[in-house]
Amino acid sequence: MTRTTRTAATRTPPVRTSPVRWLRRNAVVVAGTLALCYLMLPNVVVLVFSFNQPKGRFNYTWNHFSTDAWQHPCGVADMCGSLGLSLRIAVYSTIGATLLGTLTAFALARYRFRGRGATNMLIFLPMAMPEVVMGASLGTLFLNMRIRFGFWTILIAHVMFCLSFVVVAVKARLASMDPRLEEAAQDLYATPLQTFWRITLPLAAPGIAAGALLSFALSFDDYIITSFNAGSAVTFPMFVWGSAQRGTPVQVNVIGTAMFVLAVLLVVAGQFAGGRRRSARRTV
Amino acid sequence: MTAPRTDPPAAAPDDAAPGTGPDAAGAAPDAVRLTGLGKSYGSFTAVHPLDLAVPAGSFFALLGASGCGKTTTLRMIAGLEEPSTGTVALGGRDVTALPPYKRPVNTVFQHYALFPHLDVHENVAFGLRRRGVKGVKEQVAEMLELVQLGGLARRKPHQLSGGQQQRVAVARALINKPEVLLLDEPLGALDLKLRRQMQLELKRIQTEVGITFIHVTHDQEEAMTMADTVAVMNAGRVEQLGAPADLYENPGSTFVANFLGTSNLIEAEVTGTSGTDLTLVSAGQRLTLPAARCRTAVGPGGRVLAGVRPEKITLVHGDDAAAIPEGRNRVPGRITGSGFTGVATGYVVDSPVCPELEVVVPNVERDSRLVPGAPVVLHWNPAHTFGLDAAQDIDAGLDAGLDAGLEAEPAA
Repeated sequence: MTRTTRTAATRTPPVRTSPVRWLRRNAVVVAGTLALCYLMLPNVVVLVFSFNQPKGRFNYTWNHFSTDAWQHPCGVADMCGSLGLSLRIAVYSTIGATLLGTLTAFALARYRFRGRGATNMLIFLPMAMPEVVMGASLGTLFLNMRIRFGFWTILIAHVMFCLSFVVVAVKARLASMDPRLEEAAQDLYATPLQTFWRITLPLAAPGIAAGALLSFALSFDDYIITSFNAGSAVTFPMFVWGSAQRGTPVQVNVIGTAMFVLAVLLVVAGQFAGGRRRSARRTV
Repeated sequence: MTAPRTDPPAAAPDDAAPGTGPDAAGAAPDAVRLTGLGKSYGSFTAVHPLDLAVPAGSFFALLGASGCGKTTTLRMIAGLEEPSTGTVALGGRDVTALPPYKRPVNTVFQHYALFPHLDVHENVAFGLRRRGVKGVKEQVAEMLELVQLGGLARRKPHQLSGGQQQRVAVARALINKPEVLLLDEPLGALDLKLRRQMQLELKRIQTEVGITFIHVTHDQEEAMTMADTVAVMNAGRVEQLGAPADLYENPGSTFVANFLGTSNLIEAEVTGTSGTDLTLVSAGQRLTLPAARCRTAVGPGGRVLAGVRPEKITLVHGDDAAAIPEGRNRVPGRITGSGFTGVATGYVVDSPVCPELEVVVPNVERDSRLVPGAPVVLHWNPAHTFGLDAAQDIDAGLDAGLDAGLEAEPAA
């Protein structure tokens, strides 16, 4: 891409460019860069301050450079425990919500049954309802049912609010899928099970993956609903919030930066793989 | 070689429902035999119970306008649609209860339905792999050669043109060596020129592999070009069945007469018989109709529709009427319109017997006097006249043909 634009630029004769004309031609790039800066700046601040050695308890002013926090990421009491809990809950609720949500989406997209319309509408409720309301009402429900707050109540709450995102993502994918593809598979001797594994699932996979990623992200950083249903358990967002009252340890910045870098690397790797597949196709 | 059960013109008028009378003893079982096969959705009947037999190795076309039940019939043969009544037998074996993946048939779908996440090779190999065939590579390569897609095995479907996708769909179905290949409007999405080319291509492949093809189409020209036998369907029923030339020359109903090509239908009254001919009169004009080509049993005083195809008619200027030989059917008229098409010129003639007679005159020696307004005499060999039951709608099939023609335009 870049190569073609460069050759195209060299081929065009140099035009005397006024700043206005330059701006007009590059308006999209300028606007895009500005938006990107706006989005990235907080992350950069977090990154920079992960190398700070704060003077007092608060990590808000630059003191001097140090890699202490990176060398001892678990140096703060209870932090890595809460991180582990958050990761565990995020993984389990992603699996649970993706499984249930995919099945629900298939049922809603493929079959006509009593209550389908109501389900279709109600599935949006967790997305639309204020989190405080949902968290509080769930908390009341658990309390009335005399369920001990902790890991399981958090997990149930997370599966619930992740579910609707998975359903929406998978349903959109299924809606754009040609039902004749499954008929064609059956016509070509694939049993219903083979049809599902070979045709339906691979075609629905992007929707399922999108739903799963969304679930993980939503579950990992949820604070409000979790705080109503956690009891004595402390998830990572709860830990960060709690410690912010007393002075955030630098290690929080380290974990935040690490998560961010990991996410960016995953996306870049995905893009790279996709690009390679595309270019391989082009050369054939 | 495969003109089954084409009813002779003199057959009983009830042959609109093609019979499947017992075959000669010892004959091989038909590739496909439908017995009382019908489909209804609630109160709507998509396909009225029909009987149909397709001999092995033939190219059979189901022709009809959209919504006539032809695709539903095809889907019932494939097992993708459950029949409400009747049975489907393939090669003498009843498969009505079998799911699609257990039937020895394969389908070329209307918009190909190629698997978008698999490349051409894997698409074509799909059926073989599902049946656990080992060493698919050679077979796939061979099949891709047959459809002339040798170098494209690693392309994804979306990287192919419409014609190439269509050939992948054919290869994907044919590689399984099905007993019957079902084609559901396989050329509908292609532009006219490519469609012509693929018609010949499909015909070549069919001759080469010798598999029975059942082809569903709304394009009457396509059906007549490709098929050995054509079944014309209308409103969930088979109107007529026969070889293309036979259907064209001897339409059994006004629907077939109008849907398959163009027909001039003249309302006439039977006045008597002379030898093997019926004599008719329409608006004072005497016409002769061979009794053997009359689809309805009428005596003197009865009414028939006398039909004649536009290209059978000779058109002469009124001044030359004396030169017309004796024994021809002749009708006077006046030209109301003409259209030059290169090979021929089409005329519309207003005559006492019919306000809009169509005549097609080959452009051999053009008579400059034949312009709109000119008095003319139309004449034709009485043997080219066919007779239809006058109780039917004279315009049946006209709209259907028009719809089909519009639909045949490549989808935008």
